[in-house]
Amino acid sequence: MPTTITLSVNGRPVTRTVESRTLLVQLLREHLGLTGTHVGCDTCQCGACVVHLNGRSVKSCAVLAVQADGAEVATIEGLAAADGTLHPMQEAFRKHHGLQCGFCTPGMVMSAIDLVRRHPTPTERQVRTELEGNLCRCTGYHNIVRAVLSGAETMRGAGDPGAAAAAD
Amino acid sequence: MATVNGIGAAVTRREDQRFLTGRGTYTDDINRPGQAYAVFVRSPHAHARVAAIDTAAAEAAPGVIAVLTGRELAADGIGGLPCGWQVHSKDGTPMIEPAHPPLALDTVHHVGDQVAVVIAETREAARDAAELVEVDWDELPAVVDATAALAEDAATVHEAAPGNICFDWHLGDAVAVDAAFAQAAHVTRLELVNTRLVPNAIEPRAAIGEYDVATGEHTLYTSSQNPHVIRLLMGAFVLKIPEHKLRVVAPDVGGGFGSKIFHYAEEAVVTWAARRIGRPVKWTADRSESFLTDAHGRDHVTEAALALDADGRFLGLKVSTVANMGAYLSTFAPSIPTYLYATLLAGQYRTPAIYAEVKAVFTNTAPVDAYRGAGRPEACYVVERLVETAARELGIDRAEIRRRNFIPASEMPYATPVALEYDCGDFAANLDRALPQADYDGFAARAAESARRGRLRGIGFATYIEACGIAPSNVAGALGARAGLYESAEVRFHPTGSVSVFTGSHSHGQGHETTFAQIVADRFGLALDQIDIVHGDTARVPFGMGTYGSRSLAVGGSALVKAMDKVEAKAKKIAAHMLEAAESDIEVKAGQFTVVGTDKSLGIAEIAGSAYVPHRFPLDELEPGLDEQAFYDPKNFTYPNGCHVCEVEIDPDTGVVTLVAFTVADDFGRVINPLVVEGQVHGGLVQGIGQALLEHCHYDPTTGQLLTGAYTDYAMPRASDVPSFRVDWHEDVPCTHNPLGVKGCGEAGTIGAAAAVMNAVIDALASRGIRHLDMPATPHRVWQALRDAAVRPAA
Repeated sequence: MPTTITLSVNGRPVTRTVESRTLLVQLLREHLGLTGTHVGCDTCQCGACVVHLNGRSVKSCAVLAVQADGAEVATIEGLAAADGTLHPMQEAFRKHHGLQCGFCTPGMVMSAIDLVRRHPTPTERQVRTELEGNLCRCTGYHNIVRAVLSGAETMRGAGDPGAAAAAD
Repeated sequence: MATVNGIGAAVTRREDQRFLTGRGTYTDDINRPGQAYAVFVRSPHAHARVAAIDTAAAEAAPGVIAVLTGRELAADGIGGLPCGWQVHSKDGTPMIEPAHPPLALDTVHHVGDQVAVVIAETREAARDAAELVEVDWDELPAVVDATAALAEDAATVHEAAPGNICFDWHLGDAVAVDAAFAQAAHVTRLELVNTRLVPNAIEPRAAIGEYDVATGEHTLYTSSQNPHVIRLLMGAFVLKIPEHKLRVVAPDVGGGFGSKIFHYAEEAVVTWAARRIGRPVKWTADRSESFLTDAHGRDHVTEAALALDADGRFLGLKVSTVANMGAYLSTFAPSIPTYLYATLLAGQYRTPAIYAEVKAVFTNTAPVDAYRGAGRPEACYVVERLVETAARELGIDRAEIRRRNFIPASEMPYATPVALEYDCGDFAANLDRALPQADYDGFAARAAESARRGRLRGIGFATYIEACGIAPSNVAGALGARAGLYESAEVRFHPTGSVSVFTGSHSHGQGHETTFAQIVADRFGLALDQIDIVHGDTARVPFGMGTYGSRSLAVGGSALVKAMDKVEAKAKKIAAHMLEAAESDIEVKAGQFTVVGTDKSLGIAEIAGSAYVPHRFPLDELEPGLDEQAFYDPKNFTYPNGCHVCEVEIDPDTGVVTLVAFTVADDFGRVINPLVVEGQVHGGLVQGIGQALLEHCHYDPTTGQLLTGAYTDYAMPRASDVPSFRVDWHEDVPCTHNPLGVKGCGEAGTIGAAAAVMNAVIDALASRGIRHLDMPATPHRVWQALRDAAVRPAA
C-alpha cells in the first residue's frame, strides 16, 4: 500500500509516496536520484549500500523506506563540504589509494566513518574485523585499512563530532 | 624530462574525486527517458527441454509491455552468441561450437539459462510478471563435473558434441618428454584440482538498450571491459546492425576481472527489445543472476609429472588437463586452457621437454572463460606445486631447487619448448630480493616458536611468469583468434594547448585516467589538468580491443606513445616553420621546441594554436590541426614475473589457516605510477588467496543446482581474512620490445598467490605426513587431512 513518508536526506527535508515494499536504497537511488549508494548483492552481505540512519551505519537494502519515516539519512553525496572539500575519511581513501573501481567505495567510506565513531583509535585488527560487512574485490583491503587508520587519525585531530561521540 | 606528475610519480588518482563523492556513473545509475525494465525468466533446471511457454498471464499483468521468447527472437532473424577463438583438436578437426541463442529455444543447458524476457513499466512489475510466465519443462539428465562428463554413461550436454568433448588439444613434444622420463632419477607426480571460481565484480552486470527511430541508431550502455568488441560481436553476428548504426558505451564499470570481457545474451536482448517496443530497455542483474550467468573461471582437473635428475634438475614435464567449459562457449573460452595455459608451463625454468594435453569438456554449468590471470594461474599452480613437492621428495631446499633450474638472465631471449620466447627477465634477482624481506633464514626459529604454542608453521614460494598483451595479431590469428589484438590511441591537441586522449583500452578500476595522463604530461611537459583521458564509448574513441590480460599499458600505452610520436613530429615541422629554422636544428624537450644553441623556442601550446589558426603555418607541406591517431600491434607478449613468499600458521585443533606474512618481489618493467601498481598487486593477491583458502563454486553433482549462489554460501575474502602485504619490485629489466618498457601488473598477484599459499599450507602439514591438499584449504579440509593422516598407518 502506498505510504507517504517524510525524512531528512543529507540535511534536506524530503517527502515521497512509496510502496510498502520499497527499500531505503530504492528510495535513494530511484526516487531521489542519489545513485552514489550502490547495490552489489541481494543478501545484505556486500555493504555497497551502507548509509547512515540517525547517525549509525545501516545497509540500506535491509531497511524499508517506510522505516526511515521521520529519520535523518546521510549518504555519500552529503559528506563533502559545500565547497567540495572532502571529509577526512574521503580524503584518506584518496591519499592511500583505498579505491579502484569505486563501486564498493561509498559503502566502505560510510562504514569507516561509523567505525571511527565507535572506535576513535582503532587498531589494524579492529578495522579489519569491523569492515567484515563490506566486500571489496579490487583492493585486497590493504589500502582500505591504511586509509581508515589514517582517516581516523585526522578525524581525531580535527575534533570530528562523530569521533568525539564515541558512544559504545 | 620527468615532470612532478610524470612517469614514475605516485600521483593520487584523478578519478577518485567522483567515486568518493558518489558521482560515478555506472550503468545502473543511467536512466533514459521513457525507459522500461527487463527481467529474465531463467531455467531452474540444469538441463531440460522447453515443452511450452505460456506468457498469457504475464502479458496481462499490470504494467507489462511485452513478454518475448526465443520464438520472437528467431522470427526477427537474431543470431546466436559467437565464440571469438577457434581451437583445433590433435587430429586437426575444429572444436565443437554448439548454438547459443540469446533466449534458449527448445533446450536449456544450465541453471540460469534464459528462456524469456518480461518488459514492464517498473522493475517490480517486470519481476512480478516474470513469476507468472509458465514454462513446461521436461527435465533431462545433467552432468556438472568435467571428469564425470567424460564417463561413457554421462549425460549428453549437446547432441552436437559426442562424449561432451569440445576439443582434445595438445602442445609440445611427447616423444622428447617420454625420453626425458626414461632417463629420470626421480619423478614427482601430482593430481591437482583447480577450483571453479566466480569472478564477483561488486557491480553486477547491467545493460540498457535504446533505439532512435528517426536515425535508425541503436545505443547499448553496458558494464563491459571492451565496448568495441561488444559492438563488433553483437552488431555483426547477433543483431546484424552495421557498426555506424550501433554505439556501445561502457561508462564507469565496477570491476571486471575478466567477467565483463564477454558478450552476454542480455546485452543483445535489451538492444533488440528496445527496437521492438520503441522504448529504452534497462536490465540490471541481481547478485543471484550474477552467480548463475557471469562466466566463471578456472575449473581444471590435472595430472602432472615432473622428471628430475639426481641433482634436482628438471628434465621433462608432462601435463594432462580436463578443462570444464560449461554449457556454452563463452567469447574467449577456448583460448584460456590452451594458448594461455599450456604455453606457460615452462614457468621460469629451463625444463627442456614439455608436453601438455587438454580435453575441453561441456557440462550443464555456467560457461567458463577468462578470470583474472586466465590460464596462467592454472599453469603456475601446476608448475609451482610440482617444484615444491619435488624439492621435498629430494631433500633439496626449495629456494635452491629453483636457483638450479632458473633460466639465467644471460640466456635471454629464451625460446621455451611450449611456443613462447621470453624477451627478458632476471628470475634469480626476484628471489634474492624476496628471501631477505620474508626473512627466510629466520623461518626455522619462527616455526619452532609456533610449535611451542602447538601450531604448525609453513612457508611456501611461487615464482611465476605470465604472458601479457596477447600478440602479435597475425600469430594469434594463426592460433585461432578471430579478432585483432592491437590497441588504438588518438591524441588531440586543442587550439589553446589542452589535450584530449582517446584510448581503445578501458578502465574499470585500473586508473587509466591518471596513468595515461602521466605519460602525456611527461612527454609534453603539461599539467595533468590540461589532459583528459577518454575511453569506453565507441562513438568517441577509435576502434580498440579494451582491457584484459594486463594489456592496457603494454599495448594501449604503446599506441599512445606512437600517437604522441606523430604529434611531436608534426609539431616539430610547425615549430621549424614558425622559428624560421631547419627542422634538423629543432631540439625537443618535454613539449618545448628550441632552435639548438639559441633562445628561440616555442611551447607545444603555441604550436597547437598555430595548427588551428594557421597563419604562420607551413600550409604547402602540412594540413592544419594537431590531432593524431595510432594503432599498435605488439611484436611479442610481455613477460611480467616475480616471486611470492607466503607464511602461514595452522591450528591443528581447528584446521584454521592464518596468513601471517606475504612478501612479493615483482618485475613489471618500468612502472608509471607506484601507487596504482601496488594497489593492483594487493587486489590480485587477495583473489589468489581467496581461491587458496576460501572460494569454491560448487554445483550439486546430481541436480546441477548451484549450491554457492550467494555471498552467504560463496566465501569471498573479507578484510579480516587477509594480512597487510610486503610488495616490492625492481625496474632493472624493462620490456625490450615496447616503447615504454612496461610489462603489465594487473594479474600478477593472482597468478602467484594461490600456489604460494598452498605451498605454505603443505609445508606446514608436511611434518604430519601430508603431501597434497586441494584448494580451498578450509578449516574443515585441513582438520580432516590432519585427522586422516593421524590414523593412517606409517608407510
